[in-house]
Amino acid sequence: MQKRGLAFRKTIDIVLKGLSILFVALTVFMMFWILYTVISNGVKALNWSFLTQPTKPYGIPDGGVLNALLGTVIITFGAVLIGVPAGLLGGIYLAEFAKENRLGNLIRFSANVMMGIPSIIVGLFVYALLVFTTKHFSGLTGSVALSIIMFPVVLRTTEDMLRMVPDSLRESALALGMPRWKATFSIICRAAKTGLITGILLAIARVSGETAPLLFTAQCSDSWPGSYFTQPTANLTVLINEYAGNSPFEEMHVRAWGAALLITAAILILNISCRFIFKESKSAK
Amino acid sequence: MEKCKKHGLISPEQSDRLFRFFTACAALLAVMLMIGFFIQLFWLSIPAIKEFGFRFLISTEWDPMNNVYGALPAITGTLVTTAIAILIAAPVSFISAMFLVENAPTWIGVPVSHALDLLAAIPSIIYGMWGLFVFVPFMQNHVQPFLAETLHLKFIPLFSGPYNGFGFLTAGIILALMVLPFICAVMRDVFRLVPPVLKESAFGAGATSWEVTCDITMRYGARGLLGAVFLGLGRAVGETMAVLFVIGNTQLLPKSLFQSGSTIAATLANNFAEADGIFKSSLFELGLVLLGMSFLIQVLAQMWLNRLSRKMGER
Repeated sequence: MQKRGLAFRKTIDIVLKGLSILFVALTVFMMFWILYTVISNGVKALNWSFLTQPTKPYGIPDGGVLNALLGTVIITFGAVLIGVPAGLLGGIYLAEFAKENRLGNLIRFSANVMMGIPSIIVGLFVYALLVFTTKHFSGLTGSVALSIIMFPVVLRTTEDMLRMVPDSLRESALALGMPRWKATFSIICRAAKTGLITGILLAIARVSGETAPLLFTAQCSDSWPGSYFTQPTANLTVLINEYAGNSPFEEMHVRAWGAALLITAAILILNISCRFIFKESKSAK
Repeated sequence: MEKCKKHGLISPEQSDRLFRFFTACAALLAVMLMIGFFIQLFWLSIPAIKEFGFRFLISTEWDPMNNVYGALPAITGTLVTTAIAILIAAPVSFISAMFLVENAPTWIGVPVSHALDLLAAIPSIIYGMWGLFVFVPFMQNHVQPFLAETLHLKFIPLFSGPYNGFGFLTAGIILALMVLPFICAVMRDVFRLVPPVLKESAFGAGATSWEVTCDITMRYGARGLLGAVFLGLGRAVGETMAVLFVIGNTQLLPKSLFQSGSTIAATLANNFAEADGIFKSSLFELGLVLLGMSFLIQVLAQMWLNRLSRKMGER
């Protein structure tokens, strides 16, 4: 180490401590800036017809976002139906049967890599797989795209949660003569219940704000999401993209802010309550 | 075993084997999907690969009228925005992680950590919208004139050009804000991982807390820190919506950071709906390039982070 004066070293230390406080404050400030923008612009759009009317083309008064809201809920729900069972089962395999073997490590590795694959690539993939072959866009393909994003997240959290269950519980269940599946579902999964639910909710929160994969799959429409299986289905995030990015009309920008407020509030509430549930159950133990 | 009483249709051994089989199938989906991404995108980009060959990657031509496409502007755009994002986010998250783990009292550290997690949860389209309506005008009226005139950086070509708010710098800063919570979260773990004995002995030898961070934590957790940065890189490289709104979407090579341009993801999102034939195939090839880039980044990140978690296990 080269020689440095004490005063110099102390100054560097103080400067960097100051910088660190500044950076943290700046980041938190940016977060509040974004939230403030969304809330202050979003509440202007909130009124009765905004929440009860479907989207309407520009010029027709009292359009709302109810169909897009329902569409987002249905598409996300579809993604949960496809992605969560697959993720849970896969997580069970990793935690119960493949703790330290090659195959398990390969699966773990690809799940981790998959979590980092850009969501727009998933959109392209599902477009190529389903839309290109069946020749129509639909809400269902949107659900498939979201489920592919969800799957590795649920897989890894399930594995982590099941691994936290002590082995003695496993052994005592098996010692009673239970078949493995029964022991897993009724003893081990039950013991890890809160963790599993939190993981699933966080995965839902993560995918429900996704836009890029839906651009190529669910797209957007002004109709009600009744034709989920065969037609483009309205959803909040693509609607925001259309209204804010591709529309010059002030009225549509206001509605886009309203939709942004709905989706942000839903996701943040989901996130905060998850952390709360998980903390509660941890402190109860 | 044969005498075991049968439970319904299948014996417990069979049911166990079935159970194992089904769960293994579900888990293998991860590997199959990963391979499927590559196969599917490669398959659909074959026409473009045949048409343009290797030139696609180094050509700057982008002419939908004559159906000639080159990926270079989009690729460099992706690299430039990602580089800006990481150059901002990596040092900032390192110093923030130091503050949150080492220096901050709990009543600041815990809520701020939660706030950072919430920042990570905000959907990317919200960043895009906020960027378009709030941050672009802010850049145009305050940041860009400040950089060019007040700091006299105008003579550097990177900071020249008109102030329109859109462009690489704006996209890079928003990306930095988006990846910061992810990098910071992993870095916080790395800081916590350093054995207290090491830190205390350095403090005992008279080191200041910055010196401890720099000489002890940084050396001890170098791989983890690098993994964290790569995790951030992976996020930044494929981010679509936030970039799409603020980059300007022109297929031009970057000459100045104030200039508008495009990234691979933004190009895909912007053009995919109208494209067909060779245009669509070119977009698939762009997607393949992006997939390859992020795959490489993720593999490196996982290699470094895996060692980190192994170290965690040893403790």
